[in-house]
Amino acid sequence: MIARSLSKRMANALVPALPFLWLGIFFLAPFFIVLKISLSDPAVAQPPYRPAFEWGDLAGFFSRLDLENFTTLVSDDLYLSATLSSIRIAGIATILLLLVGFPIAYAMARAPARHRGLLVALIILPFWTSFLIRIYAWIAILKPEGLLNQGLMALGAISEPLHILNSEVAVYIGLVYGYLPFMVLPLYASLEKMDDTLIEAALDLGSPPWRTFWTITVPLAMPGVIAGSLLCFIPAVGEFVIPDLLGGSETLMIGRQLWSEFFSNRDWPLASAVAILLLIILVVPIVIYRDVESRRLEPRP
Amino acid sequence: MGAVRRSFAPWADPTERPLIRFENVTKRFGDAVAVDRLSLDIFEREFFCLLGPSGCGKTTLMRMLAGFEQPSEGSITLADRDLAGVPPYRRPVNMMFQSYALFPHMNVERNIGFGLRQDGLPRAEIAARVDEMLRLVQLERLAKRYPSQLSGGQCQRVALARALAKRPKLLLLDEPLGALDKKLREETQFELMDLQHALGMTFVVVTHDQEEAMTMADRIAVMDHGRIVQVATPGEIYEQPKTRFIAEFVGDVNILEGRVRGQQDGLWQVESSSAHGPLTVDDADEVLQNGQAIAIAVRPEKMVIHRGEPPPDALNVLRGEVWDIGYLGDWTVYRIKLPSGAIVRVTRANRSRFVDNPIDWDEQVHVTFAPDAAVILAE
Amino acid sequence: MTRRLSLFNVTSLVLGFAFLYLPILLLVVYSFNASRLVTVWGGFSTQWYAAFFRNEALMDAAWVTFRIALLSASFATVLGTLAALALTRYGRFTGRTLFTGMVYAPMVMPEVITGLSLLLFFVAIDLDRGFLTVMLAHTTLTMCFVTVIVQARLMTLDRSLEEAAMDLGAPPLRTFFSVTLPLIAPSVVAGFLLAFTLSLDDLVIASFNTGPGATTLPIRIYSQVRLGLSPEINAASAILIGIVTLGVIVATLISKRSSLTPQRSEIH
Repeated sequence: MIARSLSKRMANALVPALPFLWLGIFFLAPFFIVLKISLSDPAVAQPPYRPAFEWGDLAGFFSRLDLENFTTLVSDDLYLSATLSSIRIAGIATILLLLVGFPIAYAMARAPARHRGLLVALIILPFWTSFLIRIYAWIAILKPEGLLNQGLMALGAISEPLHILNSEVAVYIGLVYGYLPFMVLPLYASLEKMDDTLIEAALDLGSPPWRTFWTITVPLAMPGVIAGSLLCFIPAVGEFVIPDLLGGSETLMIGRQLWSEFFSNRDWPLASAVAILLLIILVVPIVIYRDVESRRLEPRP
Repeated sequence: MGAVRRSFAPWADPTERPLIRFENVTKRFGDAVAVDRLSLDIFEREFFCLLGPSGCGKTTLMRMLAGFEQPSEGSITLADRDLAGVPPYRRPVNMMFQSYALFPHMNVERNIGFGLRQDGLPRAEIAARVDEMLRLVQLERLAKRYPSQLSGGQCQRVALARALAKRPKLLLLDEPLGALDKKLREETQFELMDLQHALGMTFVVVTHDQEEAMTMADRIAVMDHGRIVQVATPGEIYEQPKTRFIAEFVGDVNILEGRVRGQQDGLWQVESSSAHGPLTVDDADEVLQNGQAIAIAVRPEKMVIHRGEPPPDALNVLRGEVWDIGYLGDWTVYRIKLPSGAIVRVTRANRSRFVDNPIDWDEQVHVTFAPDAAVILAE
Repeated sequence: MTRRLSLFNVTSLVLGFAFLYLPILLLVVYSFNASRLVTVWGGFSTQWYAAFFRNEALMDAAWVTFRIALLSASFATVLGTLAALALTRYGRFTGRTLFTGMVYAPMVMPEVITGLSLLLFFVAIDLDRGFLTVMLAHTTLTMCFVTVIVQARLMTLDRSLEEAAMDLGAPPLRTFFSVTLPLIAPSVVAGFLLAFTLSLDDLVIASFNTGPGATTLPIRIYSQVRLGLSPEINAASAILIGIVTLGVIVATLISKRSSLTPQRSEIH
């Protein structure tokens, strides 16, 4: 009887233990390795770094640890400006996403209930098709001899082709395009829940529509605004594909820098240091995001 | 009133063993105490109601019987077997859920047969038992339907049939009629009573609806703040409430505050600011001190309104002014304002269709009640 | 909110959806372009589709991608469903905060970080990079998405259904398979499909963790795109878009039908 209940208890514990262990091994442990390697020296070897830590050699570990890679990051202007420009670009893109996404989400939430399912599906559908392909599609549109310039010139709006591709503007277009569903869906979720009679009550109490929008609709949509903004801002800071395919050589972004340290310069320790830097920048927004999400998804105690 | 089965009173028989015994059961959720040192016996074939306002602990009590919660302290026994540590799926107890909890992906037949399949009964026997249950709740024609295609009343019957199919020793019903409309609820009350009688099963019903409890139960346990305030037959609960909480929770009541002045011919004399003279109450059970503050509870239907002077032999006379009149069809409710400012409710059956010169607003009237119409509630 | 849409609302919707769909539409249209110059229309032709199917490197990559997606989505579905159960049915267990953190973080974590850290981990444990490592990496990333989808469904599932099953004599495991799983099945399937697509799409994480013989389609497409536009890639993209669209339509029809099943069966 005891053995039986013990085995049952173990089977029961397996449900949380299995995914817990998996994430511990494949998500958490790798970060410590990144941290460790960011403190090592590069080496011309396979793998191309000299380990800073051998098991059983604790004293040696501390004497060999050096912050050289981080000194490089701080002293080399490139990384600092790449970091700042990543945050700037992601921030501007998030504001643009809010400006573009809010009217769409608002209109969806006001649509008749029988159409809303379809509208949501239409917002999600592009997300199911390859991100890479969707960004690729913009190259053909934004090229100097591309479809946008062809169209504008045919209309006579411009006489010289606009040079949008390989510029920061193209990166903004790509970010807004690629992340739009992530902004619209949380906004829609909080707007859709809103009780229509609240608006009517405000109007009834003498608040004009524009003030009602700012005093009722926007505050109540705040959880959606926060969730959507974080959901766009965090990955955008580390975005690689969009700046690489649409941006110019002067478009500095930290994710792209990490990629080139890793693949072009084969400097793994420096790439790791860049990853740690990126993580430090994002740790606060990620924690906030987790709290917002788990509050939304968890039963109230 | 009540499921009157004259000879059925196992609780009064000291040799009878209870089917269920709660002994000093306490249930805590964190710091909150849901059930507080509660002891209770329920007997076989009894139709037992747990009645109380929401949050009084009645649902927790039932969930401990079903096995979804374990008592923090104390023990629960079923037919002399300690239930501690017995999981819900090994208890000879079935439950009808408030939401009915019908499996939406199974049709009526499969819902009813679910419990039987868990026991690994042979197919033929399952089919026979399901048919029997369908006949019992008169749903033979709906066997293949899914819950989403049934009305509320039909869902309730399926839930009942499913819980009965395993012939449990004890059936728990959590607000069984809560989701039904008023007409259907009344009908179903009587059906449940007939069914319980016919099957000879023990039913424990949780409800917050006192009318429902009064109609169906052999005994009612009134709960408040995790404790049982009174366990008694519906008649006793209504006519001899032990506390003011019960008097006010079950039915309507007028409470007159007062002080004991003494006893005369076995009747208590009470001085009350609500009445002119002393009030006389026939409640021999109470042991009271002179000068003790008490409350007198009188049900509205036990008070009589008089226009003009009351009969000279009337013992308890209140004078007042008609403040409000509510016509309910079968009854009319009069709210009479006494000089003290207190308001008493008096109900009067409407015996004829037309009344000449009916009692009107602001009219001065007298209200009387018999000494045995009142109950003394010691504070 | 169900009032009439204003002109502004309609305009927002029309412009929004145009913005979302026009680029994809143009891409598909120009995949039928006869000209080698992707942006200059040279007449209708299906030659690039033929070229795509003759391109062995692309076909190989497609097959690898498909197998990785299938396997990782399957593992992710199992792990994600378990994680969702842990988060909704196990109350406050020790390490829960860490656990929710590990579930939500990978979804927003820049892919370059996840990709790099996993690679360094595989190197540290001396696991050769290739098919297996990409699959493990994708399982880790996508199981988090499955968790969130299944968790949302479990939260709205009436707990008394599971209690009723247990009350009627079904032990926990049987309760799960006879009641819980059938009822959350649509979300589990949705989670699987999402995991599958995410794996199919991923470029960054796969690039870090891939090795010889495990070049996925996005990696192949990316290297070709870097060299310039190619009508062959347009054709490949159009096929992928077609498959996904078809899949979504089929999935929608299935879920519509399954929700209608009870209504369709005999009503006396």
